[in-house]
Amino acid sequence: MSNMSDNSRRRFIKGAGALAGLTAVSSFVPVRFAIGATAPVKIGILLPYSGTYAMLGNSITDAMKLRIAQAGDKLGGRAVEYIAIDSEMSVPKAPTNTNKLIKKNNVDFIVGPVHSGIAAAMAKIIGKRKTPIMIVPNAGSNAVTGPLCAPNIFRTSFSNWQPAYPGGELMAKEGHKTAVTISWKYGAGIQMMAAGKEAFEKGGGKVVREILIPFPKVNFQAHLAEIASLKPDAVFSFFSGGGAAKFLKDYAAAGLKDKITLYGPGFLTEGVAKAAGAAAEGIKTTLHYADTLDNAANKAFRAAYKKATGKAANVFAVQGYDTGSLLIQALDAVKGDAGATADLIKAMEVAVIDSPRGSWKMSKAHNPIQDIYVRQVENGEQKLLGVAAKQLEDPAKGCKMV
Amino acid sequence: MRKRVYFFTVRAGLRLPAFRDKRSLAPALLPGPLCSLSSGYFLLPMDFTTFLIQVLNGVQYGFMLFLVASGLTLIFGIMGIINLAHGAFYMIGAYLVYWLMGITDNLFVSITAAIAIMLVIGLAIERFAISFLYHRDHLHQVLLTYGLILIFNEMQKILWGSDFYSVRVPEILSGSVRLTETLVYPHYRLFISFMCMLVAAGMYFVIGRTKLGMIIRAGASNREMTRALGINIGWNFALVFSLGAALAGFAGMIGAPVSSVYPGMGNQILIISFVVIVIGGIGSVKGAFVGAMLIGLADTFGQVLFPEFAAMIVYLLMAFVLMWRPQGLFGKPA
Repeated sequence: MSNMSDNSRRRFIKGAGALAGLTAVSSFVPVRFAIGATAPVKIGILLPYSGTYAMLGNSITDAMKLRIAQAGDKLGGRAVEYIAIDSEMSVPKAPTNTNKLIKKNNVDFIVGPVHSGIAAAMAKIIGKRKTPIMIVPNAGSNAVTGPLCAPNIFRTSFSNWQPAYPGGELMAKEGHKTAVTISWKYGAGIQMMAAGKEAFEKGGGKVVREILIPFPKVNFQAHLAEIASLKPDAVFSFFSGGGAAKFLKDYAAAGLKDKITLYGPGFLTEGVAKAAGAAAEGIKTTLHYADTLDNAANKAFRAAYKKATGKAANVFAVQGYDTGSLLIQALDAVKGDAGATADLIKAMEVAVIDSPRGSWKMSKAHNPIQDIYVRQVENGEQKLLGVAAKQLEDPAKGCKMV
Repeated sequence: MRKRVYFFTVRAGLRLPAFRDKRSLAPALLPGPLCSLSSGYFLLPMDFTTFLIQVLNGVQYGFMLFLVASGLTLIFGIMGIINLAHGAFYMIGAYLVYWLMGITDNLFVSITAAIAIMLVIGLAIERFAISFLYHRDHLHQVLLTYGLILIFNEMQKILWGSDFYSVRVPEILSGSVRLTETLVYPHYRLFISFMCMLVAAGMYFVIGRTKLGMIIRAGASNREMTRALGINIGWNFALVFSLGAALAGFAGMIGAPVSSVYPGMGNQILIISFVVIVIGGIGSVKGAFVGAMLIGLADTFGQVLFPEFAAMIVYLLMAFVLMWRPQGLFGKPA
């Protein structure tokens, strides 16, 4: 709701600018083989810049732009034009926004979204077309690299299954017998809880209740009382952004933190250190990234991100950064010819991303094959404890490309 | 009563033996519908202690809602203004406290200062914007106050960015009460409820027992006549609007340590506040109180007992109330 005018204004200014530019150049520059700064590569961005997930959208955008700036603000020798729309985390608005980027802005790539529900809506539209190429920098919707997978849909983040399944395994391995799962009721929450439950029960545990809260509600009190009365050994949870910070604080304030061990995919504790403080300390999660990963790419990235934004990097920034890397590799391979879709896709499929999370490449379903780490919050930092799953590949159930 | 207990006991089926011990009998002595919630009528395990804890949660949520909704209903009932920016006031209150905490490091001082700022903001908005629209229809007011939401959200982004923040609970209130062996209840939440009760009592007193309250009530029931009696309704409106803004802001402020401070936090509270005042009867402060309590309890128990329908329970409640009393519980019939 809040950003409608903000966007339309921004879009209007950009649109007007683009139009002026277009009338000036389009008549004598062939777009397809334009070299140099005359016809920029157009990257549409559909991410949340307002509401609970605003921090995620901003982290991704900042890091992606940082990566491309490091490469001289050029992709395959061409300048870059970003056209950003606030997704407002609204699933109903997703098709309109996607079509706007495709038809009105004629983008070469669409980077987005954060929200799994929106990802599915976008994939349904984009997967039916040859262009543009969609790069998902966060949303883990299993379907996007499952039943909805398509040659022009890639993901640089994770599938919901990936960080959650090892989380359930960890919970069982640490000797817990009963657990309650609690999450938001939308794609990501439902799929992550299902994956965690599957692994936990395979490891001999039992999920005694599954709680799903309407998204993005953050009124947890009633459910915390419910958990306290059920007295499980552990709680498995997915929340993210502002909701995660609030959940951690409420969980600790209700006195549950020391009694019932909290686990979850790492989003629970990602980027919330400042807001959740002591309430997050000591919580173990599983994710494809940890702040203290000891590799050169990570150290360089964290320093550069801190310098560019003044903030500590988080997993969302890593995903944005890798999106930038993927774009650079792909367009370098085709020498900036964004119209050569088939070659672009081939380049993206074989790309090896030297990422802060460790090197990774695409699976056949276009989802990262990556290590999942066990991390623990220590002094507000996601400290690496070990590897939960080595080079984990999403099962990509229902994907025809596998 | 006895018969009713028997009725629910039978329906409780397998849980019948549980009624032999005293603890489980207690809920059976509660009025019918409540009893049914706690006795396993829905085949959900909820013992009496948990039931009481959920009542506490519901009431506390209700108090918070009342703070926001009372300002909204005052502004509508007295000035006839549909103030969509009310949720934005709530958000601004929370951000102000976050900001002032960074300077003063004292929650109570921060809240006092933030209330003063909210009163000024409210007054300025009423004088420089709203006051021009009293003679226009509601559509213009809706457009204006919607515009205010956008302005406030953008200002929030410019001033504080899109990160979420938390506000520290003051040392003196950082303890908690032990409710069960696994569950504790933070003192701060009790403090919130206490402050809300104070505000509710204060409003009841001011509106029902003072001259100012009399003018407010008069203005609400007949604006023209009040003006004809020589009362400066303009300044009265300005006062009411800035008080309403301060109430919403105060809810955001006092809630900040438990709710966190994040972009868009006002949107949800705005919608639910409208539900509250529609149920209670638009313009009635008493209605806002009852409506807030109903919504608080319905939402809390709804989440636990009917998780599948958690998102729509409050709207169902609203639909039922409106079918029964279209003007709301305490509203004047149109």
